[in-house]
Amino acid sequence: MTRVVHYVNQFFAGIGGEEAAGQAPDVREGASGPGLALGALLPNELQIVATIFCGDDHAAETPEAAERLVALARSAGAELVVAGPAFTSGRYGLACARVAAAAARAGIPALAAMHPDNPGVADAGAAAVVRSGETARQMRPSLELLAAAIAKLAGGGELSTEDGRVGRPPRRNRFDERSAAERAVAMVLARLAGDREVTEVPVPSFEWVTPAPPLEDPAHARIALLTEGALVPAGNPDRLASARATHWFRYAIDGIDALESGRYESVHGGFSTVAANEDPNRLLPLDAARELEREGAIGALHRDYLTTVGNGTQVAMARSFGEDWAGELRDAGVQAAILTAT
Amino acid sequence: MERAGIPTALLCNLVSIAARVGAPRIVPTRGIPYPTGDPALEPEAERQWRRRLLERALVALSTRVAEPTVFDELPQPAEARA
Repeated sequence: MTRVVHYVNQFFAGIGGEEAAGQAPDVREGASGPGLALGALLPNELQIVATIFCGDDHAAETPEAAERLVALARSAGAELVVAGPAFTSGRYGLACARVAAAAARAGIPALAAMHPDNPGVADAGAAAVVRSGETARQMRPSLELLAAAIAKLAGGGELSTEDGRVGRPPRRNRFDERSAAERAVAMVLARLAGDREVTEVPVPSFEWVTPAPPLEDPAHARIALLTEGALVPAGNPDRLASARATHWFRYAIDGIDALESGRYESVHGGFSTVAANEDPNRLLPLDAARELEREGAIGALHRDYLTTVGNGTQVAMARSFGEDWAGELRDAGVQAAILTAT
Repeated sequence: MERAGIPTALLCNLVSIAARVGAPRIVPTRGIPYPTGDPALEPEAERQWRRRLLERALVALSTRVAEPTVFDELPQPAEARA
């Protein structure tokens, strides 16, 4: 029998929602939450013997949390560690990737499951990541793919894109019967035939951003405050969504010195909004920005703040919001921006 | 925003992700749910901290950078904790 230890967040461990996101690493015997269905999909010789869990905020904010969780997995006799599926949840995805990476570093075969757009994909180190759906509504097919990947990994196999593997595959040296010149010619021919993907060395797909030139002097600049923390006037008059944004909004802050509790709220669905709602300046720093404006350290604040929700939001959508915001601010004579992100 | 020529200080806690997606000016904060706050501090100490955070953001906006650059918090005297 292979002893499998499963990592889930506080929500899937049944501890609680965002109010429990600070939960420290812990372990319990047997499968929990999605681990029950996952365990049922695994071959008999693989058994989920324990569940390790942690709050999403704690896991994302505490770099040592992953090592601690792997130590708990070890104490439960882990021979294989599996994390997730985390879907498009950023903090959970990061935690799953870090736990899998830490387990792999400790010599325990490990893998994580999440959506290919999850920012955690790049943090899995030597561990494999297999794809899942976007939300927990796709739990079943996600678990089926994950169970098959676990069985293959436990059998000593290497996971490939056919198994749903996403992210950068590990490089391995091997002898090829064809010389590099022959392979290069074959690749050119494939390219000419219309294959735009053919490559032997996939490169990581990060975006290169050419930084803007700096401000000469903030004391003479008009600066805008922006947030993806879903800060809106109380009651959410324009109905900003709590996740998967398709819109952004502007709200006037002219003549307002600080954001009063009760008059503004965050409708973000991806973190506990208690602290932000107690004092909205914790999400959009208007009080401190006004102070610096009064003292002359900031030339002037832009008349509006711009807001959207960064929670499972598609990258293409976020890019188009950025283009909108840049255009709007440029037209208003704004030279720089302060953007808060959760 | 940066690509369009508007220097933008990104105040966030998940610095590694911000750097990976290429944000040029990153100012680290203390917690995911409150980028410009720290509920563990006394209210006055928290306001002071937020002001220093924004001063750091202004430094970031006024600094020429060539790649994702993190503008870290400088060591400060002990803060009054709530």
